[in-house]
Amino acid sequence: MTSDELNWAMAGVVGSVLTVATVVGWVLERKQNQLGLNPAAIGTFNSRLRSWWIMCCLLAVAFWRATPTVMLFGAVSFWALREYITLTPTRLGDHRALGWMFYVIAPLHFVLVAFNQYALYSILIPVYGFLFIPLRVAIAGDTKRFLERVAKIQTGLLICVYCLGFAPALLYLKSIENYTDRARLLFFFVVVAILAESLQFLWDKLYGQHVVAPEINGTRTWEGVLGGAVTTAFIGAAFHVFTPYTQVWHTALVCLLVAVMVFAGAMTMSAIKRDRGVRDYGTLVEGHGGVLDRIDGICFAAPIFYHVSEHLLSFG
Amino acid sequence: MLTELMLTGLARFMSGASIRWVDCQPDTCQRVYFANHTSHIDVVLVWSSLPRYVRRLTRPVAAKDYWSKGMLRRHIARTYNAMLIDRREIKVHQSPVDLMLREIGDTHSVIIFPEGSRSSGEQVGEFKSGLYYISKKRPDIELVPVYLDNMNRILPREEFLPIPLLSCITFGPPMWLENGESKNDFLERARNAVLKLRRIDNDDD
Repeated sequence: MTSDELNWAMAGVVGSVLTVATVVGWVLERKQNQLGLNPAAIGTFNSRLRSWWIMCCLLAVAFWRATPTVMLFGAVSFWALREYITLTPTRLGDHRALGWMFYVIAPLHFVLVAFNQYALYSILIPVYGFLFIPLRVAIAGDTKRFLERVAKIQTGLLICVYCLGFAPALLYLKSIENYTDRARLLFFFVVVAILAESLQFLWDKLYGQHVVAPEINGTRTWEGVLGGAVTTAFIGAAFHVFTPYTQVWHTALVCLLVAVMVFAGAMTMSAIKRDRGVRDYGTLVEGHGGVLDRIDGICFAAPIFYHVSEHLLSFG
Repeated sequence: MLTELMLTGLARFMSGASIRWVDCQPDTCQRVYFANHTSHIDVVLVWSSLPRYVRRLTRPVAAKDYWSKGMLRRHIARTYNAMLIDRREIKVHQSPVDLMLREIGDTHSVIIFPEGSRSSGEQVGEFKSGLYYISKKRPDIELVPVYLDNMNRILPREEFLPIPLLSCITFGPPMWLENGESKNDFLERARNAVLKLRRIDNDDD
């Protein structure tokens, strides 16, 4: 198949799976009384589905051009960052540092991604940003909980900006010649992340026995992590034809890694949320969707996926 | 019109404000919206969170000495149909409350910040007595408490650059001056009405 045909085939597969799930969700909602199911669970399922539809539809822009895709991820990153900082208590002295983060460091990161300056954007935040933020907070002259406040800002930058930036960076991978192949890899990555999340959820519900950390999240179990990761790897490998990897086990490996990282992201962000005593980032402020709740897995998986893919592709 | 659209849009974007009406609905009846005051854009935010038809009848109250200085400030004050009240020269029968009540007549509502000046953040300061006198002279006006959450972090007092976090504007149930209620009791009750809105939990999914 040519690259274009593969794109359409992939869109067809994803679209039909989502359509089937939507129909199922719709039927469950209509029949929830007869079936005796938990209406809250169905509500969650349907709202998740809605966000997956939105993600997949928005991501279709990647097949058109790279720059608007980077801008799209920049906007998502901005929204995630404002949710994160809203939830994280900062003091008055952090105001200027936050200004630099929102207006200079974060936009600059995505500009560098759009111009494919890997050598610059790979160190902009972890080196320059991480050294500058404590300095700016120190200049403000407030010593109370200094290290903790700096760490909060740095973590926000790392997760919401730096890590997420590696997702659109896939569109500039040198080891793939054809642009549409790169776009398909990005799409594949996001779909695998979504898949891993739902499979983990399914395994937790069906076979979950040993909760990983009840204080952090009462529903995530080791069975869910392992079962979900292995299932994701198998399903991903079955769609090996959509990926640029030369070996089937390469595809399985990256899918496995994505699944593990999605778990890592959910776990870490849960820990932050529990510390703040909220359930979702979105519910702090009513009416906002909680972007960070949806993309935490993608944030954690993106840099690993980028790095491993680059190596697997260049060594064949 | 253009200034209004731009300023309102900018303020709404910067504050990521979501609006909640708790035991209260937007209405064109005469009201005094009283809110905690923490940032420069508070007025614009409260004003813009009202529906258009209510907005047309609602006027923010602002200090004359500040908002009549310079072209830009005058223009902004005009845009929002602000009621400029002189807080320096207070004469007999010319108290700010009297001026304000005369200005609003039987149609307009007003937005006031009874703390007087902007507070530093977390705490809501003691209320000035203006609210009490308004209510005493015009007992028919509904007093609506408004709580602005997180605005002190978006644009703190000494800063000029807003940080685009998310905030929440909560309108609470209207209140009135009770029969024979003393000034201090009433002001304390009004302050508590604002504070209570802070603790209302969101009904999350």
